[in-house]
Amino acid sequence: MILEARGLTRHFGGLRAIHAVDFDLTQGEIHALIGPNGAGKTTFVGLLSGRIPVEAGTIRFAGDDITRLPAHRRVRLGIAYTFQITSIYPRLSVHDNLALAVQQRGAADLGRETLAALERVGLAGRAAQEAGTLAYGHQRLLEIAMGLALSPRLLILDEPTQGLANAEIDAFKALVRSVVPETTVLLIEHNMDVVMDLADRITVLNAGEVLASGPPAQIRANEAVQTAYLGG
Amino acid sequence: MKALALHLALIGALLAVQVVLPPYHYTNVARVMVLAVYAMGYNIAFGYTGLLSLGHALFFAAGMYATGLAVHSAPALLALPLGMLAGAAMALAVGLLALRTAGVAFMIVTLMFAQAGYLTILYYGPVTGGDEGFVLAREARMLAGLDLSADGPRYLTALAIFGVALLANLALVRSGFGRVMVAMRENEERSRMLGYDPFRTKLIALTLSGLYSGTAGAAYALMFGYVGASFAAIQYSILPLLWVLLGGAGTVLGPFFGALLMFYLIDLSSSVTDASNLVVGVALLVLVLFAPKGILGTIRERGARWLP
Repeated sequence: MILEARGLTRHFGGLRAIHAVDFDLTQGEIHALIGPNGAGKTTFVGLLSGRIPVEAGTIRFAGDDITRLPAHRRVRLGIAYTFQITSIYPRLSVHDNLALAVQQRGAADLGRETLAALERVGLAGRAAQEAGTLAYGHQRLLEIAMGLALSPRLLILDEPTQGLANAEIDAFKALVRSVVPETTVLLIEHNMDVVMDLADRITVLNAGEVLASGPPAQIRANEAVQTAYLGG
Repeated sequence: MKALALHLALIGALLAVQVVLPPYHYTNVARVMVLAVYAMGYNIAFGYTGLLSLGHALFFAAGMYATGLAVHSAPALLALPLGMLAGAAMALAVGLLALRTAGVAFMIVTLMFAQAGYLTILYYGPVTGGDEGFVLAREARMLAGLDLSADGPRYLTALAIFGVALLANLALVRSGFGRVMVAMRENEERSRMLGYDPFRTKLIALTLSGLYSGTAGAAYALMFGYVGASFAAIQYSILPLLWVLLGGAGTVLGPFFGALLMFYLIDLSSSVTDASNLVVGVALLVLVLFAPKGILGTIRERGARWLP
């Protein structure tokens, strides 16, 4: 178990965004987090990554209690996060964007290792380009590359395929498969083809609580899930 | 390599130019070099880290008063580093509180701190000389045998301090930490999620900025022999901002050229008109309209992308 959350709770005023959620991640798995809009998915990964303070409950990462750690400390422990709305350094070069991630992880030869990280996602040819002028799909890819360049133990991807073309989605899937099992992947995703294709396990959130959790086939057959999604 | 050569060339040019400078400009350029150190410090916080402070006069004055007061009873060689440390310590203390805020709130909080500092200087008149300040005796301005009241040693001392500050600034912005400073300016939330502590980064940057400001204030006191409350007033917080904007925020050479240009703009215009502030205002308007990135920033944009 690389990550264990127990009784995780976060309310915003009267809204129970996340309520008493228990959640486990097994080392090396690809785990998808799905649920209708407003189910609390982004809030939930915000609690795991430290962007949103925990109200109640505990989070253990690789055995350590990280419930009260600030976000940047969790990143250093190996929890990387990519934003739902692409967040890069638009006015810096693609190279400098990635160098900031490589430098954080610690590099003997920053230039060479940054280049290697660029090559991994096929952006080496655009190293000198200002990141804000990249096409949307490439910006998305750059952000994922920044997450990967941290060499995280857990990579949290918030709707990574949103707005990507089909060919780009295929490349993305290959990229995610290439990082396991060294890296555990937690994925918020709306594209069910991607989820069914990639995920080893799926957790369904609804109204801030876990509705179901299990392998794809089991989730697909789950009546409660179908009701939540189809409103039956 | 190219960048290092360029910055060394500027230091070399400033060393060479002293043989042809008439006495009046000899003093002025020495003054500009010290003020440029102040501007460089401001630029570390504002230009590179994105911290728009309106209270840097407090750090400049901290260096100036610490050195000016210490030199009554201690040699200048000891008083100078004391002033440098005073600037850094003041920035650290202000930063610990003010960096809990950001943006407009940070501007206001730093402004309030600086005003409080200014009023404190006035309040303790018996020690600080109030708004009249005090003059340093010539004997007090002997720095390791150099008489800083004389033109030659003063110019060379200013150049030495400026040169070290410039090269250290260059090294800083090209270092890993320099890259993180820029990252905070460009996207704080992203930087946090890359594992960089925003508060710590900004606090270190502000403290370095205070070190530069304190150094400039301390050197100014020894070189020109006067310590006064006007250096702690609001205009000395605004001036470095203007110098940096004019020269180019986030460039290493910008602060020097901004300070040089502004100094001579005021100097020349005040010889022909009383409305020298109007000339400065018009110059700033032209700048904002036609070269919002300042002199060096515009040069960098127009081709010299390697400019640090």
